[in-house]
Amino acid sequence: MQVIATRPNTLTDLNFTYCPGCLHGVAHRLIAESIDELGMRNQMMGVAPVGCSVFAYKFFNFDMQEAAHGRAPALATGMKRARPDMNVFTYQGDGDLAAIGTAEIVHAANRGEHFTVFFVNNAIYGMTGGQMAPTTLPDMKTTTSPYGRDVDDIGYPIRVCELLNTLQAPYFIERVSLLSPAEIMKAKKAVKKALTYNKEERGFTFIEFISTCPTNWGLDAIESRDWAREKMLPFFKIQNFRDNGKEEA
Amino acid sequence: MAEKVLMKGNEAVAEAAIRAGCRLYFAYPITPQSELIEYMARMMPKANGVFVQAESEIAAINMVYGASGCGRRAMTSSSSPGIALKQEGISYLAGANLPAVIINVQRGGPGLGDIQPAQGDYFQATRGGGNGDYYTMALAPSTVQEFADMAALAFDLADKYRNPVIILADGLLGQMMEPVEFQPAKTEAELKELDNQHLDWCCCPNEDEPNHHHHEINSLEIDPVVLEQHVIKLGEKYDKITANEQRWEDYNINKDNEILVVAFGTASRICKSAVDELNDAGHNIGLVRPITVWPYPYDAVFKAVGPKVKKVVVFELNLGQMVQDVKIAVNGKVPVDFMGKVGGILFSTDEVKAKIEESLEEAK
Repeated sequence: MQVIATRPNTLTDLNFTYCPGCLHGVAHRLIAESIDELGMRNQMMGVAPVGCSVFAYKFFNFDMQEAAHGRAPALATGMKRARPDMNVFTYQGDGDLAAIGTAEIVHAANRGEHFTVFFVNNAIYGMTGGQMAPTTLPDMKTTTSPYGRDVDDIGYPIRVCELLNTLQAPYFIERVSLLSPAEIMKAKKAVKKALTYNKEERGFTFIEFISTCPTNWGLDAIESRDWAREKMLPFFKIQNFRDNGKEEA
Repeated sequence: MAEKVLMKGNEAVAEAAIRAGCRLYFAYPITPQSELIEYMARMMPKANGVFVQAESEIAAINMVYGASGCGRRAMTSSSSPGIALKQEGISYLAGANLPAVIINVQRGGPGLGDIQPAQGDYFQATRGGGNGDYYTMALAPSTVQEFADMAALAFDLADKYRNPVIILADGLLGQMMEPVEFQPAKTEAELKELDNQHLDWCCCPNEDEPNHHHHEINSLEIDPVVLEQHVIKLGEKYDKITANEQRWEDYNINKDNEILVVAFGTASRICKSAVDELNDAGHNIGLVRPITVWPYPYDAVFKAVGPKVKKVVVFELNLGQMVQDVKIAVNGKVPVDFMGKVGGILFSTDEVKAKIEESLEEAK
């Protein structure tokens, strides 16, 4: 019998704890497949965030550390500096990375730390029940912006890739979408590229996934993809911002 | 015998930490501990160690967490307001059973306070300091030599119990120069042994099947029944530390003591001078100096209250924090009196003497 599809070795046997229609599972799978394909699993370690993906340390099948909210890039700095022979990544949501962990991500990127950050942006705090995130869109209603995000009062959503792209040290920065199979295939290429650079010790690599939150958006899986396409993609442009390895390719 | 060198406490403890196998050091500048981070910036690269000036105290302690989770000896240092910021990370270290060494060169508080020596962080160091049920061991040096020697002790205790250890110094010990003699640096073989001691639980490279491991460094247990067992286990560890690791110094403790003085760290140095002068003048004053302020040497303090002791007097550079532990230790046997100095100001030997003489007078 020929195996044509199987669970990546990089994922444990546990079932994901994510809601129906959530795209964390897709992001996990892309990372896991890429690690398998690049043969990085035995030298890999990761950092899980606080948020819906808090249990990522259970899902990835190598050694993992669980960080305090926002501190994943600081942990990853300590890990990579302690074990330069190993490869490191963090997996973080928008509240974790772009609010409480803003200092940690900016400075890890600015130091050009040799690890990969996977940033999942769904414009809302998922695990705590749908509060306003730093990436919540203008006029978007959440439980803590019940009248819609008032940009005159609380400011505009933060575009993290653009912010990090002002720094000199990062090696690779790309925003990808998980909203359709074709976009997922493109995202996989970016993930694999970032992890290749990680393996080759090129420098700081950053991937932003545009994702959804059907539960807290109050939409079903299909509607939430349509909503993200219509509302998020115009604000968060899908593009590669930095690829210092491009000329060599 | 190694040669004695004259050094500031901040530099001496840094040198001693490197010799004790500190592989990674992460910190943020703050007075009065800046000589420590500056020494590490100069010397860690020469020792093949890692030095990173972090963007914040919070980042520094979390870098320590990451490095410690990889089984390496990692350290951070700061002064009081910075240590307050690190409490989140210290709680997570304790919850995840991670070893780490944290040096607090205390200054006056609360808030920004000032930059002079103080002992106002006693409660914080001995009662956990962050959220949840946990303790950190807390070692309180009183000389530059002892400050330096505590680096190796702190790392050994941290590794032995997989628990954070605080060295609770102060601005005086950090800034003052005294002769100090260092232990020899760990050899390459010893360092390798240290690096390998935690491989059964730390983040490390994997082997192929069937030896594949999945180590989780984590303080999260979402199931209350599992968390209950986790916290109970932590409690058992703290009981073991309490039973095994109490350290203190008895100074002129005898059955004819009239007054017992209890003081730690810098305060105890001044008290010793006062006790010496009073004893030279014909009195018999004993002094207990707790070296571990957690676990607190309650029994040692209790036993030091001799049959003729009329009063116990506690001296601290705060409004009265350790005095609560002394009262627990003395357990009503005799009255416990207190004298404190705050604002980063030290009491003089004469002030301490006057307080003890007053107590002698009252006890007549």
